[in-house]
Amino acid sequence: MSDHNPALQTLRAKIPKRENKWKIYVAQKELFIMIIPCMIITFIFCYLPLTGWIMAFENYLPYKGYLGSSWVGLDQFMFLLQNPIFWQTFRNTVCMSLLSLLFGFVCAIGFALLLNEMRVRVFKNFTQTISYLPHFLSWVIVCALVQGLFSTGVDGTLNNLLMSIGIIHKPILWLGDPKYFWWVNTFANIWKEVGWNSIIYLAAMSSIDPELYESCEIDGGNRFSKMWHITLPGIRTTILVLLIMNIGWVLNGYEFQYLAGNRGLVLDVSQTIDIFVLKYGIQLGNYSLATAAGIFKSVISIGLVAYTNHLAAKFDEGTLL
Amino acid sequence: MATERTEIRRKRLEPIVFHTINTLLMSIVIIVMLYPFWNTVAVSFNNAQDTLRGGITFWPRAFSLYNYQTVFKNELLVIGFVNSILRTLLGTALGLLVAALVGYVLSRPEFLWRKFATYFFLVTMYVSAGLIPNYFLMKDLHMTNNFLVYILPTLVSVFNIIVMRSYIQTLPSSMVEAANIDGAGHFRCFFQIILPCCKPVLATIALWCAVWQWDSWFDTFIYCSSNTNLTTLQYEMMKLLSSAMNSATDRSAASIFGGNQLVDTVTPVSMRAAITVVASVPILLVYPFLQKYFVKGVTIGAVKG
Repeated sequence: MSDHNPALQTLRAKIPKRENKWKIYVAQKELFIMIIPCMIITFIFCYLPLTGWIMAFENYLPYKGYLGSSWVGLDQFMFLLQNPIFWQTFRNTVCMSLLSLLFGFVCAIGFALLLNEMRVRVFKNFTQTISYLPHFLSWVIVCALVQGLFSTGVDGTLNNLLMSIGIIHKPILWLGDPKYFWWVNTFANIWKEVGWNSIIYLAAMSSIDPELYESCEIDGGNRFSKMWHITLPGIRTTILVLLIMNIGWVLNGYEFQYLAGNRGLVLDVSQTIDIFVLKYGIQLGNYSLATAAGIFKSVISIGLVAYTNHLAAKFDEGTLL
Repeated sequence: MATERTEIRRKRLEPIVFHTINTLLMSIVIIVMLYPFWNTVAVSFNNAQDTLRGGITFWPRAFSLYNYQTVFKNELLVIGFVNSILRTLLGTALGLLVAALVGYVLSRPEFLWRKFATYFFLVTMYVSAGLIPNYFLMKDLHMTNNFLVYILPTLVSVFNIIVMRSYIQTLPSSMVEAANIDGAGHFRCFFQIILPCCKPVLATIALWCAVWQWDSWFDTFIYCSSNTNLTTLQYEMMKLLSSAMNSATDRSAASIFGGNQLVDTVTPVSMRAAITVVASVPILLVYPFLQKYFVKGVTIGAVKG
């Protein structure tokens, strides 16, 4: 909203121009009363902890405090970047995020396209409602359900299914074998969020001009050429905006990885940066190194968001910031 | 002639083939989405010992309520259940109030700090201090092993604020102006004019807050794990999950309970199933009724986000 808004002019006109700013503050005191407590809470819980970043440049010991601990400069970062375990968690995080992002996008868009073609309203609504269900379950529950699905026990659904078809002859250790963990994680993410993510695409599809479909039909286009030439270009901006929003999350993620992958052989492929921070910081007490890892992650995330936003602006699409 | 006829036949056949395949695909999606949960419900109502024999799919074979009796007799689980409900109620009510208040203020074009406050909140969406600094902050504020740690840190949700603000901005601005000229203050304006118009978006945000609070386990794990009076249902479930995963496989547990006699007993598998149902049914009962609201809310949030 610009400052030339007529509503703004009338409201500001109530305030004599020559008077000092104080009068405006008094006139708007109710607005300030509404927002200042919330700003204080935000300051305490979002801005104040940023002072803790100082730990990353020290050899922090809790009993000595921020001021008493010895200053080490960038040593923690050097140590971190030379730590092979950190790079392993970095690789795991990026790979698992990208797999989930890529397949999650494809599945959500595909699901929305197919749902959009459905003509029986009741069945369409029912499918949608069911597809949202996993989104509302916590990761703990999702992990329990996924575990049941992939278990090697008597009730392992997938193993039983594959064995009854005859593809495999003995149960596969889906959750315990490092080969499969990334794919199980990808499946869990898609299963949880595909329905929810399709909401936004369906909304975008419903705002496409129906005349475009008619003219495509007159030109002899079939169902699939309509999808390809009209529906997909119609939701291009939405896809791009969501992609930018999600790029910032690529280095995050710990819930399924910690709950399902925190044991045995899969540790090498399941540990993410967040879990690295948790283990080195809270469990081993190496606070400075863990904070450095956290800062490293934050800085890269912000850089990624800024860069993708800049790219999108260059292509003249919707931007976020 | 012949090619024309096959062309017409193809055109008539195409929708039938497509819709059959599409319906089939969607049925598979429904089964994949629903079956894991359905199966868990069946297991939770089945005799624990009988479950270990395998083969429970859609319906319980030996119906029993013993699993649920055990869950509700377990003191920790009951405390966790109560705490989960408390934090959900309180967190949702306060979160809703904060989102609505801040959203309203940021939507007022004349507000002196509008730009500053908007950026003040927006920055927190992208910059977060991380786990360790937050952990020390909570310690310094004496909020570890304190119920407030469930409510306060996540009280101000920037995403909800933006959704709220965007929604209020779609309302005709003359409503507030007319009220202001008539001498109504902002508090009256907010509670009597704006809030009643915001029911759809309030329902959406309430659902988000409630789901967030109900599904959280990490804050209990990090901040409150040493005080059993503050445990939550999800955290208890998480403990059970990790203990079950670290112990031997389900099959070896079966050998402990030999024989064919069905005795009322519990196993990790059945306990897990029963807790899963208890921990997800409250949310699952609510969301279908709010569907039309949150679909709208998600759309506003993503477009303006």
